[in-house]
This record gives sequence, structure tokens and C-alpha cells, in this order.
Amino acid sequence: MEPTQTTPSKWNKQLLEELMRTMMLSRKFEEKIEQMFAEGLVHGTTHLGIGEEAAAVGTVLAARPEDYLLATHRGHQPVLAKGVDVNAMMAEILGKQSGICKGKGGSMHIADIDKGVLGSNGVLGSNAPIACGAGLTIRRKGEDKIVLCFFGDGAANLGAIHEAMNLAAVWNLPVLFILVNNGYGVSTHISKASRDTDLAKRAYPFGIPVKTIDGNDILAVYETVREARDYVAQSGPMLIVQNTYRISGHSKSDQNRYRSKEEIDAWREKCPILRFKAYLLEQDRFTEEAIDQMDAETTAQIEAAAEYGINSPLPSLDTILDDVYA
Amino acid sequence: MAIREIRYAEAIKEAMCEEMHRDPDVFFLGEDIGVYGGAFGVSTGMLEEFGPHRVIDTPISENGFVGAAIGAAITGSRPIVELMFSDFMAVCFDQLLNQAPKMRYMFGGKVKVPLVLRTPSGGGTGAAAQHSQSLETIYAHIPGLKVVIPSTPYDAKGLLKTAIRDDNPVIFLEQKRLYQTKGEVPAEDYTIPFGKADIKRPGTDCTIITYGRMVELSLEAAEPLAKDGINVEVIDLRTLLPLDTEALIQSVQKTGRCVVVHEAVKFAGFGGELAATVNESEAFYSLKSPIKRLGAISAPIPFSPELEEHTFPTTDSIVAAVRETMK
Ligand SMILES: Cc1ncc(C[n+]2csc(CCOP(=O)(O)OP(=O)(O)O)c2C)c(N)n1
Ligand SMILES: [Mg+2]
Repeated sequence: MEPTQTTPSKWNKQLLEELMRTMMLSRKFEEKIEQMFAEGLVHGTTHLGIGEEAAAVGTVLAARPEDYLLATHRGHQPVLAKGVDVNAMMAEILGKQSGICKGKGGSMHIADIDKGVLGSNGVLGSNAPIACGAGLTIRRKGEDKIVLCFFGDGAANLGAIHEAMNLAAVWNLPVLFILVNNGYGVSTHISKASRDTDLAKRAYPFGIPVKTIDGNDILAVYETVREARDYVAQSGPMLIVQNTYRISGHSKSDQNRYRSKEEIDAWREKCPILRFKAYLLEQDRFTEEAIDQMDAETTAQIEAAAEYGINSPLPSLDTILDDVYA
Repeated sequence: MAIREIRYAEAIKEAMCEEMHRDPDVFFLGEDIGVYGGAFGVSTGMLEEFGPHRVIDTPISENGFVGAAIGAAITGSRPIVELMFSDFMAVCFDQLLNQAPKMRYMFGGKVKVPLVLRTPSGGGTGAAAQHSQSLETIYAHIPGLKVVIPSTPYDAKGLLKTAIRDDNPVIFLEQKRLYQTKGEVPAEDYTIPFGKADIKRPGTDCTIITYGRMVELSLEAAEPLAKDGINVEVIDLRTLLPLDTEALIQSVQKTGRCVVVHEAVKFAGFGGELAATVNESEAFYSLKSPIKRLGAISAPIPFSPELEEHTFPTTDSIVAAVRETMK
């Protein structure tokens, strides 16, 4: 287990606990969705990011509550980290009236404007130009905020991403681009999609700074994003490439034909939550019991959320035409 | 009210300027809209008036800046974005189809998207197939958008002000061929509501339902018909979405005949929706003859002026269609 190259004392205990709890909450949330899917309780599809928690959670918690977030189709984790109500999220994924989007959006479209979540997005790459627009508002109003814009290694080849990086660069917009490189776009390995798989180079033509980090090391993610946040607020866009791996399938239909069991198992070993736990124990920051307690509490939180969602009523048919227009 | 004659393009600029003075959250972005004044000169002088923070020249990056306008709109700005030619919707269509019109609904009503996309539309300029289309039907097919097509300088100013104050994404299709036409426009503030058609000429024998540049041609066509004792009623829709279905139905109930005219391709065009609206209503029972539709032929718009002219409905073809309904 690689300890992060920082001195342990600089990490305050409350933060360490928040990082751990939020990763656990994300993991358990998605495991619960997976289970409910298998039980036929979830309609449609959903994209889980089991194994990618450090990237999402570390990034969002390193930014500020007032910062904006644009997530992707695989958006549960950053959205949860942003503090969106777990019950309302669960209800949304179950298509209920009490869902965060009143049952109109579902897993791929979770948004919560009050929390700065400007949407998860079902269309790859299209969140990036929108992120620039949020950046324009920030600059126009002279606010101290930034925009977190997530996208994947697959989406990195879309024109929208390139256009957005260029716009953010030329207008000095406070947009932090987070490239979650999990090695695949559905079944297509990064090497089949990009001749040069070093996606950090995607920042070069736009003249913006970039860092590549181990996206499974929550403290490395946190520290890098923390620093980047202030840079971005002051000086304009930046790209952070976070290397990680999706242990779960692409979506519910995935049969893992494109990758080996060995490969998946090897990454299970690198699970960011297990790794962080080992670190916390090794550094003597928390006891095994304390961590077990966090585990039990987050499990209870998710069970309660699932129950809330399951027991919530379906949307009333009279709402079907609500909110097409303001 | 002080009324002067100004051009359609000037009326558009006046609406933008007045709204930008009224509301600091309104700003304007697009390609070459600053010093250059926009591809059709609509925004000449606005950069000087408002400065580069409110009149923003963009890179040639439609997907980027249209998306950015949306992102600005959902965070408390009220952007007006100019798309140099409406044909270029093709390179930013995801933003116009899957993003702006979906957000409010998809996000449970928590967000507003106060955005105006202004774009020059239509042919008759010798710009051929990729710079001449009338694509309103595509937008009108997308719930969550509003679609506005002004036919006069007066309407251009009043409708654009309504668009800028609307909390939804509005596609504002300016008629290229009308930019230089003059008309009476009050210097004061006024708005024109969406979803209210304008009866341009009252008549008793046949209703022409039209919008945009074809309003002018339809009014021209009314003259020779009147000489022959055929009194047409010309209805300018002003907005396709929302659509003033009441106005169409009432008019056809009165006249018993109906011709639908637009510059867009006839096949699968908005005229089909208009004809169906009449047919599905009480007005069906008043019809004395089948509804006629006029629109562009099913071909890309050709370059040669002789060919181009025969691509779209003409005054003569409108006259002929009305006579046909009178047989
Ligand atoms: C424009 C667009 N193309 C294709 C898809 C279908 N699709 C959904 S997720 C996905 C893979 C995305 O890969 P990546 O960006 O690496 O994100 P990841 O799924 O690995 O998190 C694809 C092809 C889509 N939603 N949008
Ligand atoms: Mg990927």
C-alpha cells in the first residue's frame, strides 16, 4: 500500500473522516442500486462507478460548496459528494415523485441547482460547453466560484470537449476539467480510441496547465484539486487527468466481454476505499472499530434511503406536463 | 408614442440595446458581432455602447458558445446568442435539442433557461444550399423551445423584447431578406405576446396562414385576388411555438377555405401541422374545399437565381393556390 507522499499531520481528522464516509456512502449507494436492479425495482438503466470513488469524492470535497458541478452519465458519486439529499436521489432513481427531479430525470440526469449541481448529462461531452457558460456567469458577477466539469477518456475525443477547453482558455474561465480515465468507453479500450493515450496532452493545444494523478489515491486527488481550485478561480482553466478503473460494468447490460477477470480482480485489489482504510490504520488516525462504525452508519443511511425511495409514491399523472416551460 | 420608420435589422438591434440597458444580466455573444457588427450588420455599434464584457466575440465554435450561453442562462445570466446562419444549427444541435429544452423538465422544474438564440434564416440571397434554409419545423418539433419568426420591423422589436424577458429558450428566426425592409416602429418600450397571431388583412373568402417573409408575398397576392372579388384573410402566426390555434380555427370557420404558405420545404413542413390543426378542429366542417399547402420544393436550395426563385412559393403561386380553393 503506497502511502501518499504527504506528511500525515497535515490532514485534519474531520476531513479524513468526511472523505472516508463520503466514499463509503457512494459505494454503498451504488451497491444498493445494483441490488435493487437485480431485484427488478429499478427501471431503465444506470451507470455505476464502483472503484472510482476517490476521483469523484476527492475532487468534489476539495472544491467549495458554492462551486458548480457538471457531472456525466456516471454521476452518482460526485453528486452525492456535493451533498445532494441521498433519500431524494434514491427516490429519483426509483422514479418517484419525491425524487430530486420529481421522477422526470432518473439516474442519468440528477441535478440540484440549489447545491450547485447543474446536471449529470446523458450526452457525452455536452456538459463541457455548459460548464463554460457557468464560468461566464461567475466572471460576469465577479464571484469567487469555480466550475467542476467531469468527463471520461471516451468523451475526451468529442469535439464539444475540445471546443469547451478552447473557450475556457481563451476567455480565462474558472473551469476545472476533470478527466476520469478509467481506461474504457463502454467496451472500447483507450488505446483503440486515442493514438496517444497520454490524455494530459489534450491540454497542450489550449495552453492550459494539466496534472495527471492516481485517481485511486484520495489524498492525492484532494490535494491536487485543492491547489487547482485556487489557481482556476484566479487564473482560468486547468485539466486534471485522474487514472482509475471502473470495477462495475459499463451499465446494467455489461457482460465484461471486453476485459479479463484477472484485470478486474487486479483493480479490486487497488480499491480506493480499502486503500484509504489501510492508510488510516497504518497512520494510526482511526481505529478499526471507528472505521467499522462509519461503515455501519453509512450502510444504515443507505438502507433508510432505499426504504424511503421504495415507499415513496409514483409521480401523479397530473404532473406529466409540469415544467416543460417556466 | 414616437413612431419612425426603421429597418428590420435596426429594430432588432434596438430591442437588444433597450433590454441590455434595462437588465444588466442580459449580454450578447456570437461570431463577429463586435467591431464587425455581425454577418448582417445587425449589431453595428453595440460593442461601443456596451463594451467587450457584454458584447462578446466568440471563437468559431458554435457547439462551444451555444452551450456556454445555456450554462450562463442556468446560472443567472440572460444571454442572447447570435448564430451566424441558421443552417449552422447542425453543428450545435445537441445543445439545442438535448440540453436547453430538456433541462427544466428533466431537473424537476428547478432551473430556468432564459436564452435567446437569434439567427438569420431563409433564402433568396444567392447563398445556395448551406446558407439559405428555413429550418423552423425542426425547432418547432422540440417541446421546451419557443419558436419566433417576425415578419415586420415592428414585430421584430416587440417579439425580441418578449423573447429576452422569457425564462425559456427561444429560437428567434430572423428573415434575411427582410433585414433591409423598413416599417413603423415605436421608439418606446413595447412587447408583443407569444402565441397571438396577427391578422394582417381581414377577409371573408379564404384564409392564408403564413409567417415570416411569406407574409409580404401573401399580402401582395391578396391584391390581384381582391380585384377579382376574392377577399383573403392573411394571418401571420408570429410564433410557431406556442401556436395560436384559436386564430386559425376561427378564421377558417369564417372563410371556409385555407391556404398554408411557408418558405420552408413543403414536405413534412410546418404547414402539415397547420393543416392538421384545422382538420382536427370544428373548422373542418366549414371547409368548402381541400386545404392547400405551399412551401419550398424538395431539393437543396440551388444557386442560380432563376432556379432559386422557383424553389420557394411566389406571389403568383399563392394567387394560383387561392384560386384553386375557390373552384
Ligand atoms: C454523444 C454520446 N455518444 C455516445 C453515448 C453512449 N455512451 C454512453 S457512456 C459511453 C462511454 C463513455 O466513456 P467515457 O467517456 O470514458 O466514460 P465512462 O463511461 O468510462 O465513465 C457511451 C459511448 C452517449 N451517451 N453520448
Ligand atoms: Mg472511460
